[in-house]
Amino acid sequence: MAQLSTSIPQQRDSGGKIRASQLLLYLVLILLAFLFGFPLFWTLSMSLKTPAELFAFPPPLLPEVPQWQNYINLFFVPRIPVARWTLNSLFVVFMTTTGTVITASVVAYSFARFQYRGRDILFMITLATIMLPAQVTLIPQFVLFHKLGWINTHYPLWVPHWFGGTAFGIFLMRQFILSLPRELDEAALIDGASHFRIFWSILLPLCGPALATLGIITLIDSWSDFVNPLIYLNSPEKFTISIGLQFFKNYPDIGGEPTQHLLMAACILAAIPTITIFFVGQRYFVQGIATSGLKG
Amino acid sequence: MEIGAKPLDSSRASSRAGWLSRLVGAKTPYQTRSALLGYLFALPWILGLVIFWGGPILASFYFSFTEYAVLGAPKFIGLDNYVQAFSGDDLFWPSLGRTFYFTIIFVPTAIIGSLVLAILLNQKLKGTNIFRTIFFIPHLIPAVALAVLWIYLLQPTLGPINHFLRQLGVDNPPDWLAGRNSALYSVTIINVWAALGGNTMLIFLAGLQGVPEELYDAATIDGAGVWSKFRHVTLPMISPVVLFNLILAIIASLKVFTTAWVATQGGPAYATWFFALHIYNQAFLYFRMGYGSALAWILATILICFTLFQLWSSKRWVHYEGGGG
Repeated sequence: MAQLSTSIPQQRDSGGKIRASQLLLYLVLILLAFLFGFPLFWTLSMSLKTPAELFAFPPPLLPEVPQWQNYINLFFVPRIPVARWTLNSLFVVFMTTTGTVITASVVAYSFARFQYRGRDILFMITLATIMLPAQVTLIPQFVLFHKLGWINTHYPLWVPHWFGGTAFGIFLMRQFILSLPRELDEAALIDGASHFRIFWSILLPLCGPALATLGIITLIDSWSDFVNPLIYLNSPEKFTISIGLQFFKNYPDIGGEPTQHLLMAACILAAIPTITIFFVGQRYFVQGIATSGLKG
Repeated sequence: MEIGAKPLDSSRASSRAGWLSRLVGAKTPYQTRSALLGYLFALPWILGLVIFWGGPILASFYFSFTEYAVLGAPKFIGLDNYVQAFSGDDLFWPSLGRTFYFTIIFVPTAIIGSLVLAILLNQKLKGTNIFRTIFFIPHLIPAVALAVLWIYLLQPTLGPINHFLRQLGVDNPPDWLAGRNSALYSVTIINVWAALGGNTMLIFLAGLQGVPEELYDAATIDGAGVWSKFRHVTLPMISPVVLFNLILAIIASLKVFTTAWVATQGGPAYATWFFALHIYNQAFLYFRMGYGSALAWILATILICFTLFQLWSSKRWVHYEGGGG
């Protein structure tokens, strides 16, 4: 299948008509796009309905009049502080992403450019942590943060990311730094630059694409994280958006007013940052994911 | 290695920094200094490994032999937690069985499905990027939001899917997430749907794009058909990527949690009570940290066995360019 068109001249035949096999392919792709896109479309449609339309039978495909004010009302539901959750999420995501990007590249610099005893073993251990299920470290980490008095704070969500970020991040940055010519470092050394300066002013600026990749992936993972906020946060004003949605879900109506259309609007709101970031940095993102598979 | 190392008087230098150089594996003072800097730059991660990985792994192993409720000290009880898991816990075997059921359906479907999608996208048609993005969207929606929206999509009476099925003439469409017998496969379907167009597909796509054209050209000259080219060129060339995706898919499936936790809370009647939910509930709902740790180690052992088995068996079917095979 993969080779179907690779050995055939590109796209269109001499007459300028699309081939029948390509037409079929487009049909399949459109069908699949419908399959993957419909749930999001339905959520969007529900988020714009009136409460009456929510319970109408048969369920209408689209709202009669799109209720855009749902996206404003969403922020004023009693006991559901959506704005607060969004701010919390933004804070955690910011701290997690900066921590990961900064410390992972420093550690990667060490792995890529220095010779020392134990370096290769350390790198092997780093890769091995990718394979270990998080469940094993979850309980003792909880105990650790409990002893530190960090339960129901945001610290457990971002502080660990300032210690080298993730094994994946270190791996990604190391591969990238290894691909930069060593002559750059050496020329700068001869000119008397310190290692820190070489890292900061010469290598890091060249790492742009890798930093973008790591930043985007960390951002999306951190924004979507559910298990950690679930374990560490227990008062609603501390919630991040993902755990907040779970909380919101348990209140299908508040004070007799149905809230499900607002819940759907909150779901859309929660998906907007990740989808936007993906569109903006699609190239880097796709490259980064591909790297993890090909060089791993 | 490093340019700039000055030819210092070697005997004096080595006697001065002898033990330190040997410790860091360096020969000259310059190398010693550079090695120390290497440790310095790696320090955040070394600390991180000790604090957030090494320490917790040891602690968790110890906890698994204790009774521990966070408040108070762990009380050593030997193998009791493991005995309890294997013979005294009514939810242990069923939750493990459910997790395996999920894995057996999820892994092949997700792997083969993602590969098919990647192949479709690799046909170099116009607009492929748009389709790739659309396929990827489920992966960009936070798992909680996905679970919430599927609750409404699969709602038995007012949901659009059952409405559609009734239009098609299905009189009794399934209750999906709300039914005892249908909840497990519903959660499985949601996870497969969310995984198909995600990272696995992108990794396959990159793998397919890395297969040299010449190989296909050569196969065409030899008279190979479409299937034969796939079987004898594509598949061997992308086999390392298949292995990578397979290992990650199995790890992900044995840890399945969020969709089930949000959409069904493990119900109805424990129908979607997966192993990871069992661990979560024991540890963070009942605060049985010792027992939870024992369960986590059982899961880790299963995962490690799976991974090692795959790495071992992969020697037979994974083809690496430039040696091996």
